Amino acid sequence: MADDNHRPEAPPTASDDARPAGTFEFEIEQSHKWYRRPEVLVPVILVVLGLSLLAVVEAPSGRFRSQFTPGRDVSFGWDYFFHLVPQMLRGLYTTARATVLGFLIAASLGLVMALLRRSERPYVSLPAAFVIEFIRSTPILVQMFFAQVLVRATPWLTLNPIVILFIVVGIHYATYASEAYRAGINSVPKGQWEASIALNLDPATKWTRIIIPQAVPNVLPTLGNYLVAAFKDVPIGDAVLSTAGVLFFANTIRADDFRPVEPYLLIGVGFLLVSLPAAWLVRRLEESIEYERD
Amino acid sequence: MEDLVLTPGQYAQLWNGALATVRILAGAFALGLFLSLVVGVGRLSERKWVRGISFGFVEFARGISSIILLTIMVIAIPILLGDVFPWLRGRSVAVLGAIALGLNMGGYGAEIIRGSILAIPKGQGEACIALNLSPTQRLRFVVLPQALRIILPPMGNLTIEILKGTALVSVVAGFDLMRATQNLIAGMLAQGALGVTVLFINVLFIYFILAQGVNGLFRLAERVLDRRFEQRTGRSAVPINVAATAGS
Repeated sequence: MADDNHRPEAPPTASDDARPAGTFEFEIEQSHKWYRRPEVLVPVILVVLGLSLLAVVEAPSGRFRSQFTPGRDVSFGWDYFFHLVPQMLRGLYTTARATVLGFLIAASLGLVMALLRRSERPYVSLPAAFVIEFIRSTPILVQMFFAQVLVRATPWLTLNPIVILFIVVGIHYATYASEAYRAGINSVPKGQWEASIALNLDPATKWTRIIIPQAVPNVLPTLGNYLVAAFKDVPIGDAVLSTAGVLFFANTIRADDFRPVEPYLLIGVGFLLVSLPAAWLVRRLEESIEYERD
Repeated sequence: MEDLVLTPGQYAQLWNGALATVRILAGAFALGLFLSLVVGVGRLSERKWVRGISFGFVEFARGISSIILLTIMVIAIPILLGDVFPWLRGRSVAVLGAIALGLNMGGYGAEIIRGSILAIPKGQGEACIALNLSPTQRLRFVVLPQALRIILPPMGNLTIEILKGTALVSVVAGFDLMRATQNLIAGMLAQGALGVTVLFINVLFIYFILAQGVNGLFRLAERVLDRRFEQRTGRSAVPINVAATAGS
């Protein structure tokens, strides 16, 4: 809680009197820095560990296939709906994995783009600004098609569809991430920059000890929001590049069984079950990471 | 540079596609704006059930992927609800797609409108109570006109996001710019992958120009609004009798 940081000495309470003489109670002061507070750090580390596990472990491969189909007169077969769940989860795993790997590219490339955009030389910053604006305002679907034919047109280049998906999602969301980084860096008060000049800090110290620790609390929740947004865009890759994600699962089942209602509603539900908790976690992070600047 | 230009016939087809895309965008925008107003105000309602329903809608519309919402809307919903709502049967993909994108936009737009209503200083609402304006008057004449200045910039970004979303309609076999492109590709097999790459570069630029057009329209609206704010020519809830005020 933000208020606890500045709380003066706790006022004596009734329980203080009841304590036997000679024992002390320490009130551990919460750190002023967001990255030293356990209630921020522990979930962040857990999430990062979980995501990296996701990036390393591959989904079991195999064709999506249903065991049985309900009769033609059944408009919504619940048995059928539930027996598709394990296969849907497999597709969802592939989608989530593609999201995480794509976002790794986005988060690192975004920082580079942000720094290029911030450059003082106009012949660097203007093209960077145009590229960012261009990629941001064109559909990721068209970009995926473009990447696909570009790979096809380049004889020396062969890439897996899933790798094309990582790269396109990575570049697309890098432009979003770069805006987040830029906003985060700009939100560091001017006095902090001036103070680091006044104290004659070298650039490395200035960036690592002054600017970035203050920029991250503004950047991290925005990046989290974009991670959720990227997760929502990755199924487009199933339609364009035929990667084996949730939408591919639903399309396969529909083509095999001629029953579109159950698989599509199932992936809708499965999607909400992942993206809603994720969005909620990001909101929690946003609230707990608030940095005091007085 | 000349290698990057297509033939006039190809541009004519892409132009038809672009028109279809703009039409889908217009439909989605109209529905999305309506939903965001209703739901955004509904999230601040005093009644708990209205707040609950609005919250549920926002979470649903923002949580689901737009392509999955689109496929559900176009493929599953007409089969599932076709008996209850016969209107849904035989609707074109463009209409159903616009509805799906409008639902998606409504969720994001509601949060924009809620945020900007909350950003209006509290004194404005209190002044309305002091002036005995009804809640509807308060919203229509005092809160929303001021909130509009805060709403416009993020709403412009959201509209560009929806413009990008319209490309998904081609995935469920609707006609738009992207589908027109794919139709062109079918006739371009002789030119090989390089020709198709050039085609996609052109299509990307058309989307970019469309997005800049949307951006420009919103900038224009902002400027008009700012001018009106400075001239104070907005409408007032109660007719102000200038002569009477001056005479007293």
